[in-house]
Amino acid sequence: MLRFDLRYQLREFPFVGAGEAGAGVTIVEGPSGAGKTTLLRLIAGLIRPEEGSITLNGRTLTDAATGTFVPPDRRNIAILFQEYALFPHFDVAGNVGYGLRARNMPRAERDARVARELERFDIATLAHARVTELSGGQRQRVALARALIVEPAALLLDEPLAALDRGTRERVRAELAAALRQVSVPTLFVSHDPAIRELFPGPAFHIDSGQLTQLP
Amino acid sequence: MIRTAVTLAAALLVAFIVVPLAGLFFHLQPGDIIAALRTQAAQDALRLSIITTFCSLAITLLLGTPLAYVLARATFPGRYLVDAVVDLPIVVPPAVAGLALLLAFGRNGTFGPLFGALGISLSFSTIAVIMAQTFVASPFYVRAARAGFAGVDRTLEAASATLGMGPLRTFAYITVPLAAPALIGGAVLSWARALGEFGATIMFAGNLQGVSQTLPLAVYLNLESGNLPVAVVLSVILILFSLIVVVTVHATAQRGSR
Repeated sequence: MLRFDLRYQLREFPFVGAGEAGAGVTIVEGPSGAGKTTLLRLIAGLIRPEEGSITLNGRTLTDAATGTFVPPDRRNIAILFQEYALFPHFDVAGNVGYGLRARNMPRAERDARVARELERFDIATLAHARVTELSGGQRQRVALARALIVEPAALLLDEPLAALDRGTRERVRAELAAALRQVSVPTLFVSHDPAIRELFPGPAFHIDSGQLTQLP
Repeated sequence: MIRTAVTLAAALLVAFIVVPLAGLFFHLQPGDIIAALRTQAAQDALRLSIITTFCSLAITLLLGTPLAYVLARATFPGRYLVDAVVDLPIVVPPAVAGLALLLAFGRNGTFGPLFGALGISLSFSTIAVIMAQTFVASPFYVRAARAGFAGVDRTLEAASATLGMGPLRTFAYITVPLAAPALIGGAVLSWARALGEFGATIMFAGNLQGVSQTLPLAVYLNLESGNLPVAVVLSVILILFSLIVVVTVHATAQRGSR
């Protein structure tokens, strides 16, 4: 369970919102510039709120009142970034194994885990490809494999389909939805794609001008 | 008509750069090279130049990298001022820099007594050569590194952090490799500037063979003392180093832009 109650000053208005997200996908919707990405950045620990707190499965990640702030590298919260943010100087296997390297997993064990993950996402043949040579759909699989291999305690997705052209988006969307159904941790999915909302009709947050409301 | 004028102007400037430099090679007699390189003064200058420029490069990398990173990333009051101050040695005349160093760190300078009490005399020493080189050359590295760090996509650093890498390892695995072309280009350029350093060195470190007489100073001394062949040989060595530098900088810039 992910719980937050936050206030963060944006340029034109403050982001203010409280909510909770259980296991599975919670859609975060609202007009662009409303503060959706800010919510993800606050939860990941990339920015610090002026007021408020975040807890994940009972563990306090941020608490402005006590000055508690767990840095992003110790939160175990993975993000699927808007344009995937793959590391251009590593090949596919290097990208996918990055989080295991961060956890100091021995080389042999890491290689085996990466191989299994590549298999699972059907990108084993691309293991040594440069990420700059991949198609949009392949990029998304690499990003998803990289995020999920560390078994994160929460997953955040920041409009991962926005960078794709219309033709590939449909196929990639279905692929992503199928993968997310297997994820059993709190997952916030920022999207203003109505088709995504149809695929995940469950709980949602609506953010408008920094004001977050929890939809049932 | 205009095209001819433009071509002519361009050709004139290129020729003005190439002809004197290439001309140096024609003053080179095969016998001179061996004879010049056999002199103790030439060997001392070559050795001293290599040692001091690598020392000043090491200092520049060690202190300049954090500074460049802070200038590229952090926001703090007076950042623009610090930015400008760092660039200052590029435009300050080297002789003025040398005088400033002498008045600050020389025996009778502001900090002279302090070092004197520790039994260290900085001016007219090899350390003074390294200080003069670092002073004039480090801005070239800091400028390039600052631009390199600023060009690294911060989302990639955020991705690294959320995957569990701490700030130092993110810097080592993501930031530095992605800024590498700029860092290498800047380091090479700054090393070349240190190798050619003359004005600040002669003011602050003097011109003592084996202690502070680097290659450019040896060129000057040999010309003054009528020993033209040695001056030419040492100059040609400096030009060859410069050529290597120019080629390296262009090659890394090309790789970086791909």
